[in-house]
Amino acid sequence: MSLTLAQPSSKVVTEADVVAELLDGMTIGIGGWGSRRKPMSLVRAIAQSDVKDLTVVSYGGPDLGLLCATGKVRKAVYAFCSLDSIALEPHFRKARQAGAVSTLEMDEGMFLLGLQAAAWRVPFIPTRVGLGSDLLERQDEIRTVVSPYDDGEELVAAPALHLDVALIHMHRGDRRGNGQYLNVDPYFDDLFCMAADRRFMSVEKIVDTDDLAAGGPVQSLKINRLMTDGVIEAPHGAHFTECVPDYPRDEEFQRAYAASAKTPEAWNEWRAKYLDCGDHNEYRKVVGA
Amino acid sequence: MSSTNDLITRAEYCVIAVAECFRGDGEILCNPIGTVPMIGGRLARASFSPDLVMTDGEALLIAGPYPVGPTDQPKTIEAWNPYRSMFDLVWSGRRHVMMGGSQIDAFGNQNFAFVGDWDQPKAQLLGFRGAAGNTIQNITSYWIPNHSARVFVPKVDVVTGVGYDRAAKLGAAGRFHGLRHVVTNLGVLDFETEDHHMRLRSVHPGVSVDDIVAATGFELAMPSDVPETRAPTPDELELIREVIDPHGLRDKEVPNP
Repeated sequence: MSLTLAQPSSKVVTEADVVAELLDGMTIGIGGWGSRRKPMSLVRAIAQSDVKDLTVVSYGGPDLGLLCATGKVRKAVYAFCSLDSIALEPHFRKARQAGAVSTLEMDEGMFLLGLQAAAWRVPFIPTRVGLGSDLLERQDEIRTVVSPYDDGEELVAAPALHLDVALIHMHRGDRRGNGQYLNVDPYFDDLFCMAADRRFMSVEKIVDTDDLAAGGPVQSLKINRLMTDGVIEAPHGAHFTECVPDYPRDEEFQRAYAASAKTPEAWNEWRAKYLDCGDHNEYRKVVGA
Repeated sequence: MSSTNDLITRAEYCVIAVAECFRGDGEILCNPIGTVPMIGGRLARASFSPDLVMTDGEALLIAGPYPVGPTDQPKTIEAWNPYRSMFDLVWSGRRHVMMGGSQIDAFGNQNFAFVGDWDQPKAQLLGFRGAAGNTIQNITSYWIPNHSARVFVPKVDVVTGVGYDRAAKLGAAGRFHGLRHVVTNLGVLDFETEDHHMRLRSVHPGVSVDDIVAATGFELAMPSDVPETRAPTPDELELIREVIDPHGLRDKEVPNP
């Protein structure tokens, strides 16, 4: 006698499927940190699309920079935008200095609280972060709350950062949407997913569920399938950002990317070569990854 | 000045001045950001503040006077400290951070987010990073490798790190604020005055008080007698040169005049 067991649905999709869900004006959260473990195959697909007027919420790196360079960003919700080994993201700088992108300035920790508040479905989380600084003094979007307890302290109400869509990149995942990180820091990718209505995870490799747990300590299984709606298999999907232990940051490529912000000609050349080349598979051929 | 001290570089005076920021801190996270700050922090731990806890610059807490720059020395890992745990440390106050700054004023208000207009800055810099949260919850010092009137300004364009005047207005909610020292390539400043107006604490040998006054865009509180920054002891010098910074990265950040 053979029993047929019902199986969880497969959530495997492509970058194009994700882009097809995006609408102008959406708020998109992007996981990773600086130039580390960014879902770049998804970011490039957005950069190639017709979508516009996005609000991008990110511990910013070349994800935010590339979307600024391609005119996709109306507003950046950010605490920094850095390429790590290159301190300032030149494409983001250029967009800011041209007045092309408005901002909600955040502190790194306030940003975490905003994602957490959205994930917990509360409007804010009280904190001292921001007190006395221009985060609070010069931004109407960030307000204070008075403690209802005996101390009566006036604290900052870190506002919930609701996301329409979250995009993250993990080392391994299964078809059901469980995900695993293998580097030293999970960053805040789980919170990005929990704060969003639609959640998409690219992974270096899709493996059987049994092999996920075998691939690292159980603590590395940071993303469970309650947090995801779609899985994209994208080998070298974080290129050129760091995705150790699978691959380091491609520093030479990153330097070329940074240099492309210097003149319109340099940018057109970079764009033609690395953005207009096609989908992620074509891109991998061009960059040799 | 002894002949030995003549051979001490400006960067080494900066390193010892950074180390002195962390004297007496006990068992807290010593978190200096930058090359000279990292060398100074590791020196403090290896010499007179042995209980300090320090990171590897990323998500690990590591023991020992681990060298800066390229090394194949294995790390002695004490603990895992991803970004999320770092915020727990900051918000619990068990940390003394040393940050940089593009602008700083007389009460220690700091800016490294951008210069110019909020909506269209003349120069987009780092953003707020963790400055607002750091300064209001744990002890903060600053490292300014290019002491000039462009950095030490009467008014910063954006307040990213909170100064004493703004913290005072917060009442009890601001009680965890505290700025320790501002170490520069020319000398050391602190806020040990009645109203926490920035004061000249010491000048590095070879720098005059007038040099610092000329390189500061506001009036500094001035003690009647300004001492020189102390020289590293022979043991400290050996630690700096042989153990913590064998590649001499300190002299690249602060060239010897």
